[in-house]
Amino acid sequence: MRAKTTTLTGWGRSSQARLEAWRPERGAELEAVLAAASGQAGVIAHGAGRSYGDSALNDGGAAILTQRLDRISSFDAGTGELVAEPGVTFRDLISTFVPRGFMPPASPGTAFATLGGAVAADVHGKNHDRHGSFGDHVRWIDLLGADGQTRRVSPGDHAELFAATIGGMGLTGLIRRIAITLLPGASEVVRVSERRVRDLDEHLAGLFAARAQANFSVGWVDAMASGASLGRGILETAEFAPGLAVPPPPKRRRILIDLPGFVLNPLSIRAFNRLYGARVPQAGRESVRRLDVFLYPLDAIHDWNRIYGKKGFYQFQCVIPDAEAPRTIREMLETIARAGRASFLAVLKTLGSAGQGMLSFPMRGVTLALDFPRKTGVEELIVGLNRLARERGGRVYLAKDALLAREDFRAMYPRHAEFAELLGRIDPTAKFTSDQARRLSLTPARRA
Amino acid sequence: MSECWLVLGASSAIARAFARHAARAGDMVILAGRDADDLAAGATDIAIRGPGAAHTLQFDARDHASHIAVVAHAAELAGDLPLSVFLAFGAMPSQAEIDVDFAVAWTALDTNFVGAVSILQALAPVLERCKAGRIVALSSVAGDRGRLKNFVYGAAKAGLTTYLQGLRARLFRAGVPVTTVKPGFVDTAMTWGLPGMFLVASPEAVAAKCYVAATKGKEEIYVPFFWWGIMTIIRNIPERIFKKLSI
Repeated sequence: MRAKTTTLTGWGRSSQARLEAWRPERGAELEAVLAAASGQAGVIAHGAGRSYGDSALNDGGAAILTQRLDRISSFDAGTGELVAEPGVTFRDLISTFVPRGFMPPASPGTAFATLGGAVAADVHGKNHDRHGSFGDHVRWIDLLGADGQTRRVSPGDHAELFAATIGGMGLTGLIRRIAITLLPGASEVVRVSERRVRDLDEHLAGLFAARAQANFSVGWVDAMASGASLGRGILETAEFAPGLAVPPPPKRRRILIDLPGFVLNPLSIRAFNRLYGARVPQAGRESVRRLDVFLYPLDAIHDWNRIYGKKGFYQFQCVIPDAEAPRTIREMLETIARAGRASFLAVLKTLGSAGQGMLSFPMRGVTLALDFPRKTGVEELIVGLNRLARERGGRVYLAKDALLAREDFRAMYPRHAEFAELLGRIDPTAKFTSDQARRLSLTPARRA
Repeated sequence: MSECWLVLGASSAIARAFARHAARAGDMVILAGRDADDLAAGATDIAIRGPGAAHTLQFDARDHASHIAVVAHAAELAGDLPLSVFLAFGAMPSQAEIDVDFAVAWTALDTNFVGAVSILQALAPVLERCKAGRIVALSSVAGDRGRLKNFVYGAAKAGLTTYLQGLRARLFRAGVPVTTVKPGFVDTAMTWGLPGMFLVASPEAVAAKCYVAATKGKEEIYVPFFWWGIMTIIRNIPERIFKKLSI
């Protein structure tokens, strides 16, 4: 097998790395690939490249690309248990299993993400209040560790290693196979109800109410709005609608070039956000949509990250505990509006409960996510938002992060010491490492 | 369309993509190759995704003596469905390795040419008898001209292309189309990390083109299509100039 010397970026394209990329096509090759790849500068698994920052990058080292390890190994229609290789994507699962009434129990905002990545980031979706995050549904993982041994880790066996692997950003080893329980009762279309909300209070009240009432819920915030309309936007909820006719899939569009930086400016973004809000009539509306269209609206535009141009963008996503959420999110939106930092729609959502992993992102609270074009001064703004999230007992999502400071990370993730201690035992020379791991000191220090 | 595709060399990236594509269209597939574990994993994956069924079959292109039995087994698995063939196996050792060891040259010749002729000779009578099915074989743009950097592999593929022309004429009489596919650079394990790659196509795109070409009964196609233009230029460079080039 050969490696390819190449440059990989995070989805935000603000982080990039020059590295040796290995791309095994058969599961049986993994031991040899790991031995060859984990030389001096360590290795990290890289799935679909949909984490935004530097978590799947390893500058000067190696990466093992998992996208060709994409076989489904078994499916039990009685129990919903699915076993699959790490490169299988949510798109594969949606197209294969939703027509049979099963769906991924938790799904991120893009169907292009892989199941390996979903474990590593313990992803959550628009139904988190009901069904928790991805890790809550993992039955076991076959994990190839730094010692070259494969172990089946589960809540019952190697429980500590399992807890470190869920949300562990790929640092505990290479995932060979994952067993998860798919959610029954899915339908190919959902009945979506959208309504306009005037301000943040109404927005949060609507989201809190939806927790108990709706299967799926998400709020889109016009992050350019300020003053009395701060936090205004659209609240979407959805329910399964079995038996309805399934519309054909929409045509996917591509962005063929990196748009020049000036295209996105406060004026154009303000106009876009206005139009987006105006789609929904004053009185709200009900519609029937394909489940995939509802879950993954941005997938309709294949390379949407290119609209931010060559310099890329950052995504900021935090979760704030319920009690602190109203004032904290208000302060965040005010800070963003004051800084004049244009962002497309921001996403607001409630989360239901804490994840299983030592470094799982979810906790009971409200999560806010928004994009920032990478322009001068934006890093400082995000560092400030990170700090505020920390002060209010919240945390920042590692799958989105490129800028978190080590001290902030430690304050946000109370089990960080336990995680580091375990890695020190199972991988003392940090065979598995990433740019993010080094930035946050997640892995043992490597000796030069 | 419902038929049974015998996919020869089924662990390769293009073959994997082709088998998935065919099964998605409702065809049955038989994954044939050497790596039994990988074939089984591939067949399970395809069977779960459906709707087409999937089987596996042990096949070694270089074990010529076994080919008659392989064909009989494939025909049995196909049952009442017309048997079609997607020939995707190949080996591309570097010219440098070939130049120091004839055994390596022989591997390239035997796998890409002799082995292909052997299995197709065994298959031809079956398709002729049924007057049904089709053959799609992956040759290569490398067969269009002998180049300094890859001429043993190129010669084997040129041989295959020529063989397929004759086979096409023979099977035409039975109503069985033979499609020669000449892929340019494809993003597979064979090309991963090789220097000088450009305009690299995805295996899925190539597989989809192969499937369409097969259903239309095309004779010869370049994939992606623009390789026809590139190879037309390369074929027309006079030999006295071409010999000095190091492409």
